[in-house]
Amino acid sequence: MSKNIILCGVGGQGTILASRLIATAAMDKNIPIKTAETIGMAQRGGSVFSHLRLGEGTNSPLIGKGEVDLIIGFEPGETVRQLPFLKKGGAVVVSSRPVMPVSAMIGQSKYDAEAMIEYLKANVEHLTIVDADKAAEELGSAKVLNVVLLGAALRSGELGLDEQDLENAIREKVPEKFLELNKKALAFSRE
Amino acid sequence: MHKEFLMGNEAIALGALAAGVNLVAGYPGTPSTEVLETIAKRNPGNVYVEWSINEKAGMEVAAGAAYAGARALVTMKQVGLNVASDPLMSLEYIGVKGGMVVLVADDPGPISSQTEQDTRTFAMFSKVPVFDPSSVSEAYEMIQEAFDFSEKYGTPVFFRATTRVDHGYEALEVKDPGEYYVNKPEGFVKDPSRWVIFPRLSVKNHALIEKRNAQLKDVFSEYPRNKILWEEETAKCRKGIATQGVNFMYTLDSLHDENARVMRVATPFPFPEKLALDFLAGLDEVLCIEELDPVIERALTYICGKYCLDVRIRGKLTGDIPPSGENSMEIVSKALKEFLTSDKEDAAEETTDLAAAELPQPPALPVRPPVLCAGCPHRASFYAVKTAMRGKKTIYCGDIGCYTLGNAAPLDMCDTCLCMGAGIGIAQGVGHIEPDTKCFAFVGDSTFFASGITGTVNAFYNQADMTLVVLDNSTTAMTGHQPHPGTGRTVMGQVVEKVSIERVLRAIGLTVVETVDPLDYALSVETVKRVAEEPGVKAIIFRSPCIAITKPKGRSHVDPEKCIGCGKCIRELGCPAIILDSDGKKAKIDTSVCTGCTLCEQLCPVKAISGGRKNDTAGMSPEGGRHE
Repeated sequence: MSKNIILCGVGGQGTILASRLIATAAMDKNIPIKTAETIGMAQRGGSVFSHLRLGEGTNSPLIGKGEVDLIIGFEPGETVRQLPFLKKGGAVVVSSRPVMPVSAMIGQSKYDAEAMIEYLKANVEHLTIVDADKAAEELGSAKVLNVVLLGAALRSGELGLDEQDLENAIREKVPEKFLELNKKALAFSRE
Repeated sequence: MHKEFLMGNEAIALGALAAGVNLVAGYPGTPSTEVLETIAKRNPGNVYVEWSINEKAGMEVAAGAAYAGARALVTMKQVGLNVASDPLMSLEYIGVKGGMVVLVADDPGPISSQTEQDTRTFAMFSKVPVFDPSSVSEAYEMIQEAFDFSEKYGTPVFFRATTRVDHGYEALEVKDPGEYYVNKPEGFVKDPSRWVIFPRLSVKNHALIEKRNAQLKDVFSEYPRNKILWEEETAKCRKGIATQGVNFMYTLDSLHDENARVMRVATPFPFPEKLALDFLAGLDEVLCIEELDPVIERALTYICGKYCLDVRIRGKLTGDIPPSGENSMEIVSKALKEFLTSDKEDAAEETTDLAAAELPQPPALPVRPPVLCAGCPHRASFYAVKTAMRGKKTIYCGDIGCYTLGNAAPLDMCDTCLCMGAGIGIAQGVGHIEPDTKCFAFVGDSTFFASGITGTVNAFYNQADMTLVVLDNSTTAMTGHQPHPGTGRTVMGQVVEKVSIERVLRAIGLTVVETVDPLDYALSVETVKRVAEEPGVKAIIFRSPCIAITKPKGRSHVDPEKCIGCGKCIRELGCPAIILDSDGKKAKIDTSVCTGCTLCEQLCPVKAISGGRKNDTAGMSPEGGRHE
């Protein structure tokens, strides 16, 4: 099995932890894994992405355009930004909730998040839209959006891992008091 | 041995521990920071680790340890090497006894830096040999070899990695602590003819360095990480590719069945000349795929000239590879395709195919530069100065740290930014030319200790007229919250005397030194107005902890009944926690990011915002002393 995955969003949304969870689950199954992370200035509310490569036969930590099996988008606009990396027939899991940049709030730029979702609908066949506001409301926390998205990614069939693998990874990496919340988050998109 | 999933910088750190490193010093800087942090975290107990106050101090501490026979590592980012270059240039003439590795993280792009300088070029300038790893797992092995090499030849060596190695992750086999090499330092042996640099010694040693580096070209030709791939299969091949670092990986993933000889250069200085001659034999053309400076390209061009070889060397200097910026899979595969396809039109066609994604033009993508966090005390400090100085002729000289982000609208409070500590000097220079301008220099607490003190002494001695604003959030925030002299703790976990910024400033001679909590808006504005009118050099210390190292005590919320939708909070502060409600009329606070700093509450003309509780600064003693 080999899978190329991109996680993308806005600095502070928890993409790095999600990437770590996938990597931990892959490692536990002895699947070779390489990742490249955005660390540094962009973590302060800028555009961030992680490239993950699961399986044999790759050398580069970065993935080329048109080679990605699955994009896990934490934010609509950031997902559209990464779309050129998706291969034909690849899957996209995206959170519906936009993060408005300060530049748009003060009128220096424009950002129409609904247009982003429409664009994704028009151009991605294998698309899962996660209602992040509903998830936050039902789970009582907006902080587990990353795990909600991982659950939806599982169910897209393109992650190459199963629910138990991710649950084990969560147990390894997340403090015990948040375990139940994270398990619920992982299961959220089942309904 | 055991398997771990490691970041490149963690792998480098574990490699250094496996090599028996005795002392590690450094100054934080992206993408180098995690090396020293990992050493501190995984310290088997016998390694001395410090965050030095800057790279020059770290380099000197490491040199002293290596003089005494210790294995020493000093870590920094590429611009940090500029700060450390003074000791390093001389150190190369003196040499070392214990192995000493200078780890420098280069940042193609640049992603988080001021410059795209190439430490391989610095290696040539300083005559220091350099190792250039290609992957996380290789970096783990290579740093161990770098220590052996440094010790064997008595010279410091560079270990320079770039972002994609530093911040890449791989699962790899690493040694258990019981398997680590143990280096027992002999101690410093007095010998003025060896350790004291005088012109006579420099003349002698310079000749020896040149001789040694000439010899190292041969030694490195035998170093297995410098290699030619598929040498036999490509014996009749006319095209070659020379590459380095992570570009070697991009090249491997981009080549399929093409008939091309590949040389990977792991030690660009001294350049493995004999190996390069084997590589060049029979070739017509070579494409050099590298990032930052055209180091391999120049070396091969020189070798072709020296040996009268009829081989065309291509790369950045011939326009085949972009002259600046970070390379990507696309850049490398496109350049390779064009180079390897003999028929240019074919290549052009295929290249267009590759680039012509079938996606229609997307709607305008969000413009998302990094911003100060919600609740960041720097926002309050900048806003107070901006309000206090409204209508006056001013210059706001910024510096390196999170607070550089004060440049963005709507704050617009960073007129200059150059390098660590430079804002203090620039404010003085502008003031000498434009005496009617109120000159401000903003500097963070860690940057003040790193390189702000000399500039302040200069200002005081030379009768400058300026206001120094120290933004003290009691940590080194941008690089991930490292301790510094003002925090009262070290990376080894010791609780130590704090160095007081106020006392340092008073000792220099400043008489106006005021400390204020920036989240107290009215008092901050009043303080700035008053202090800025004083003559000479005066200082304001805005002290409030970084929101990432404190827990919010309450979150603000907007009362929609009271909010009149004037938009002042959004327009003036640019806080990422303040958004518009679903009707797009009134302000709303995103409680998942609000820290309850209360700045917007103090600003709201109709007092519609409440519920926050700002951080208590009482525990942040201005006079130094022991950390409670």
